[in-house]
Amino acid sequence: MALLELQGVSRHFGGVRAIDGLDLEVREGEILGLIGPNGSGKSTAVNVITGLYPPSAGRIAFDGRDITAAATHRRLSEGIARTFQNIRLFGGLTVWQNLWVAQNSARDRAARGFLSRWMGGQSGAREGIGKLLAFAGLAGREDELASNLAFGEQRRLEFARALAAKPKLLLLDEPAAGMNAGEIADLDERIRAVRERGVTVLLIEHHMELVMAVTDRVAVLNFGQKIAEGTPAQIQAHSAVRKAYLGGDH
Amino acid sequence: MDFYFGLAQLIGVHTLLGLSAYVVLLTGQVSLAQAGFFAIGAYVAAMLTVLAGWHLVPALGAAALTGATTACAVGFPALRVKGLMLVIATLAFGEGVRLFFFNFDYQIARGDVKVGPLGGEGFRQIRFFPENGWTTLEVMLFIWIFVLLVMALLWWLDRSRYGAVLRAVGEDELAAQSAGINLTAVKVSAITLGGAIAALGGGLYAHYATHIEHLSFGILLATFAIAYPIVGGLASVFGTLAAVLFVQGFLVEGLRDLGDWRNLLFGALIVLAMNLRPRGFLDAGNLRAIKRLFWGGGRGAP
Ligand SMILES: Nc1ncnc2c1ncn2[C@@H]1O[C@H](COP(=O)(O)OP(=O)(O)O)[C@@H](O)[C@H]1O
Ligand SMILES: [Mg+2]
Repeated sequence: MALLELQGVSRHFGGVRAIDGLDLEVREGEILGLIGPNGSGKSTAVNVITGLYPPSAGRIAFDGRDITAAATHRRLSEGIARTFQNIRLFGGLTVWQNLWVAQNSARDRAARGFLSRWMGGQSGAREGIGKLLAFAGLAGREDELASNLAFGEQRRLEFARALAAKPKLLLLDEPAAGMNAGEIADLDERIRAVRERGVTVLLIEHHMELVMAVTDRVAVLNFGQKIAEGTPAQIQAHSAVRKAYLGGDH
Repeated sequence: MDFYFGLAQLIGVHTLLGLSAYVVLLTGQVSLAQAGFFAIGAYVAAMLTVLAGWHLVPALGAAALTGATTACAVGFPALRVKGLMLVIATLAFGEGVRLFFFNFDYQIARGDVKVGPLGGEGFRQIRFFPENGWTTLEVMLFIWIFVLLVMALLWWLDRSRYGAVLRAVGEDELAAQSAGINLTAVKVSAITLGGAIAALGGGLYAHYATHIEHLSFGILLATFAIAYPIVGGLASVFGTLAAVLFVQGFLVEGLRDLGDWRNLLFGALIVLAMNLRPRGFLDAGNLRAIKRLFWGGGRGAP
C-alpha cells in the first residue's frame, strides 16, 4: 500500500523546472532510494513533500489523505519528518533542547494538555529523549550546545530530531554526505533499525554503495523527471540511468 | 535620595519595556511596536484610575490585557512579513498609536476641573500615588515588585519547553517548521506576551510620571526598547536588566552634563558595544564564566 503518493507534481522556479510532472509512490514499510545527478530536483521533492514549497501542479497524498495544501508543521504531526542536506540544527540550543522542541507527533501533542504542552517541564519528555540520545550515540552530551558538536554528531542529532516526532515516513536528504566509511556503516545500521520499528524511509543519497545495500527499491530523477524505477539490481543494469547518472565513466 | 528613587523607578519601567522586546526578539523578530503597547498601557491604566476611580492594581491588569489583545491583533498581519519589512510595519504601528493619542480627547468634569487625556496637551494629573500618600520610595518598591515578578516569570519560561521553542524559531524558522513547530502560533504568542509586559510598564510609568503625552512614546522610546535586549544579549533576562542599568544609569544620567551631545555619544557607544560584543554584553559564554565564579566548575542545569 502506498504511504506517500505524488501524482504529476511539478515545482517551477521562474523558468527552472526543478521537478516536472513527478509520479512517485513510497510503499508502507519500504526503504526507497531516490537518486539523480546534482540539480535533478531531489531536494526540491523533499521540500514539496514537507510543504516548504507549495507545488506548482499535482497532488500529494499521505496515509490516504490529500495533504497538498497542508502546512509544514501539520505534515510533521501527521507523520512526515525529514533531515536537511545542509544540516539545520538549532545551534544555540542544547542537544537536549533540539530533541525536546521536536516532540510534535499528533500523539504527543494530544497527550500534553494545552498548558503543559508549552509550559511543562522536562519530566514527561525525558524517557523518549533518553532513548533518542542512546540511538544517536549522544548519551552524556545532552547539555552541549548543538553548534559545538562535531560534524558527524550533528548529522546524528538531526537524524534523532527527525525521529523525535515519531514519524511514519522519514525523508533523509543525503545523510551520508561528508561522512567517512565508518560513519556510513553506522548510518546504514541506523536506517535499518528505524525501518525495523516500522518507519518507512525515503533515502536521497549519492553514495551508491549505501543505496544499493540498504534500499528495497530505487527511483532515479533527471531534470526533474523520473527516468527509471526498480530494484537496486535493475537500476544498476539500466542503461538510461548509466547514461544520465553515472555519466561517461561507465 | 528621591533622585535615586526616581531613577530606580525609571530603570524599573524601562526594564519592563526592554523585557517586552526581549520576548519577541527571542523568536528572531525585531519589533519597534513596543513603545506603542507601552503607550496603550499608560493611557488605559491612567484612564481607569483617574476617570473610573479604579485601584491601580486592577487598572494595571486591564492595561496588560489591552496591550496583549492589541499585540495579538497586530501580530497576525505583522508577522507575515520579516526583517526590514517587519521593522517598518511595527514602527508604523507605534507611530499610529502615538498619533492616535495626539488626537485623543476624553475629558470629564471632576468638580470644577476637567480631567482626562486632552490631545496634544497630554493627560495631566494622574494622581493615584499622591492622593493615596505614597512616598517615592514606596512607589519605587511597588514598581520593582512587578519588575521582579516579570523577570521571574520570563526566567522560568526560558527554562520551559516554550522557551526552547521560542529560541528554536529565532534560530531557524525553516527547521522549526519542519520539526513541527507552528510558526504563527509561536510568534503571535510571543508578541502577545510582549504586548502585555510593555503595557504593564506603561501603566506604571503613567502613574509615577503623573503626566503623559504622545511625545514620550515616539521612535526614541521604541529604539530604546529594542536596544536593551540587543545590547544585553539573549542569554537571559539579566542581560536586558544590565543594559537598562548601563544605558539609563550610566549613559543618560551619568553624562547629563553633555546636554544634546549625549544622544550622539549614546548612539556611538551602542554601535561600539555592538561591534565589540555582537552577541550582547551577557552572552552564554560569560554567563557560564560568572556561574563558575560563584558555584565552581559544576555543570549548569539544562
Ligand atoms: N529555492 C530555489 N529557488 C530557485 N531555484 C531553486 C530553488 N531550489 C532549487 N532550485 C533549482 O531547482 C533545481 C533542482 O535543485 P535541487 O532540488 O536542489 O536538486 P538536487 O537536490 O537533486 O541536487 C536546481 O536547478 C536548483 O537550482
Ligand atoms: Mg539536494
